Amino acid sequence: MKRRFRVWRGDASGGDLRDFDVEVNEGEVVLDIIHRLQATETPDLACRWNCKAGKCGSCSMEINGKPRLGCMTRMSTFEENETITITPIRTFPVIRDLVTDVSFNYEKARETPAFAPPAGVAPGEYRMQQVDVERSQEFRKCIECFLCQNTCHVIRDHDENKPAFSGPRYFIRAAELDMHPLDSLEDRKEYAQSSQGLGFCNITKCCTEVCPEHIKITDNAIIPMKERVVDRRYDPLVWLGRKIFRRDQLENMAPSSTVGVAGTSGGVPNSSVRPPENAPTGPDGHLDVSELLAPQQGGMSPFGDDMTFPMAPEQVTYHHPDPDRPAGH
Amino acid sequence: MTTTATTPGGGKARAAIAARTLRTDRWWLAPLVTFIGLGAWVTYATVRVFMHDWFFVPEYHYLTPFYSPCITDLCTGEAAMFGTPLPSFFLLPEAAFTLPFLLLFRLTCYYYRKAYYRAFWLSPPACAVPDGHKSYSGETRFPLIFQNAHRYAFYAAVIISVINTWDAVVAQKTGLGLGNIILWVNVIMLWAYTLSCHSCRHIAGGRLKHFSKHPVRYRFWTFVSKLNTRHMQLAWITLGTLALTDFYIMGLAADWFNDLRIIN
Repeated sequence: MKRRFRVWRGDASGGDLRDFDVEVNEGEVVLDIIHRLQATETPDLACRWNCKAGKCGSCSMEINGKPRLGCMTRMSTFEENETITITPIRTFPVIRDLVTDVSFNYEKARETPAFAPPAGVAPGEYRMQQVDVERSQEFRKCIECFLCQNTCHVIRDHDENKPAFSGPRYFIRAAELDMHPLDSLEDRKEYAQSSQGLGFCNITKCCTEVCPEHIKITDNAIIPMKERVVDRRYDPLVWLGRKIFRRDQLENMAPSSTVGVAGTSGGVPNSSVRPPENAPTGPDGHLDVSELLAPQQGGMSPFGDDMTFPMAPEQVTYHHPDPDRPAGH
Repeated sequence: MTTTATTPGGGKARAAIAARTLRTDRWWLAPLVTFIGLGAWVTYATVRVFMHDWFFVPEYHYLTPFYSPCITDLCTGEAAMFGTPLPSFFLLPEAAFTLPFLLLFRLTCYYYRKAYYRAFWLSPPACAVPDGHKSYSGETRFPLIFQNAHRYAFYAAVIISVINTWDAVVAQKTGLGLGNIILWVNVIMLWAYTLSCHSCRHIAGGRLKHFSKHPVRYRFWTFVSKLNTRHMQLAWITLGTLALTDFYIMGLAADWFNDLRIIN
């Protein structure tokens, strides 16, 4: 049976919604319809997808205006005579059709200081109790589909907030690490408020509503982080208690020295200082699609094309995980 | 073969979609219900607080939560359990010491914030529906930065819940009536709402890094976490029980109906 679809087609220079009538079979999901369109009417329809099982987070799109995963939206949830509108996620720049440039998220990820084990504990010697690490584990379910980032009105409706605001995905990252029993970085609360823009969040819970992994982003990550920030910044009683008793985790919290930094400058060993790079393009500014036309054979090197191996030892930014040395030195 | 794929990061324009939202469901229903519900409750409460009448039933010792503790000269006899330090003035609520804190507790509550930011401030009215405002700074500056003081409102709310419990206990000495049951249900729900508060969850144990070192606080945190998932329901239930308790006591005090007595 054929059903009516409206799919947004275009690129950064413009585009519009096009109508299609597509055959729909029982048990199919929206991503199946995209694939049928690619197989029939529009072979050049661009769409990102990988696992078709709701675990890779690639096929994020907006279906009837709602941020959803294409592979997890069953066709049986729609009325038979309903027109289904499929658009790319709005918050990020479009590349083509349903594919958007989500590099905002990767930039924010690089800015977040990584897990920092305590000094004197070598990899392989990490021991922690289940009750202590349980809260952090919920946030590890994140598949980075960026639906929460897309639906968050702080950047969806106000593009100008993008530099100051990291978004729900990185608030759960901050909460995951701040609650982690073995993380020794002390200024995550300060960092969340001053560099991630936690204060922009007005807890309207849309991130939680759209999360396909059903992570309780607002209740279990953002609000606890907000409360921890209050401890650190706004609560005079906690400040007084910290001064008097010098106890609890709070005595460790030094003022932030890691404002918006990534990699080695954030005190994180084993990470490269190489900035992110765009893929090489031809003189027309477009990507080469064919290996035959590409300047070199084979896939592009993840290290960049100007890199030769083996590298000279002084060029390598590898730090041996020496258990006797405190992290960051 | 040519390609139309542009450089990632080269084009920085969003997809040109004319419609402000493409949602086809009734996304406006939830904010509308919230708007009407909260609006109606605030109207009722305001009228009642400034009515300065029908708040106490002396024969059964029922005192409405909107007038508890009653501390102006209007409070006579047993209604004035905490004395009457304030004069009677039409702009001054009888519970002048507690109502501002209760208002703050609910205003800064993490659930009500969601409710009124969506329903009243339209920021945003619903998910993936555009914000009704040109600029947005969230809770980063005055006055909304004071939302961070929620825990102090919580401390006050705990004290007020104790006072409300005391009201229910005192009313018990005349026997048992429907009024007593309503008072108790209200008090239990108020406690559930107060203890399910996100700040309470943080204070109980959420702020700890190692639950294993604090088993008692971990158990308390687990208990509060279970309540906390119902914070929204409890927020609405307590609005209902507060209004019902107040209305019942108003009706008794105004002689619209009689208390249904079970004992005495």
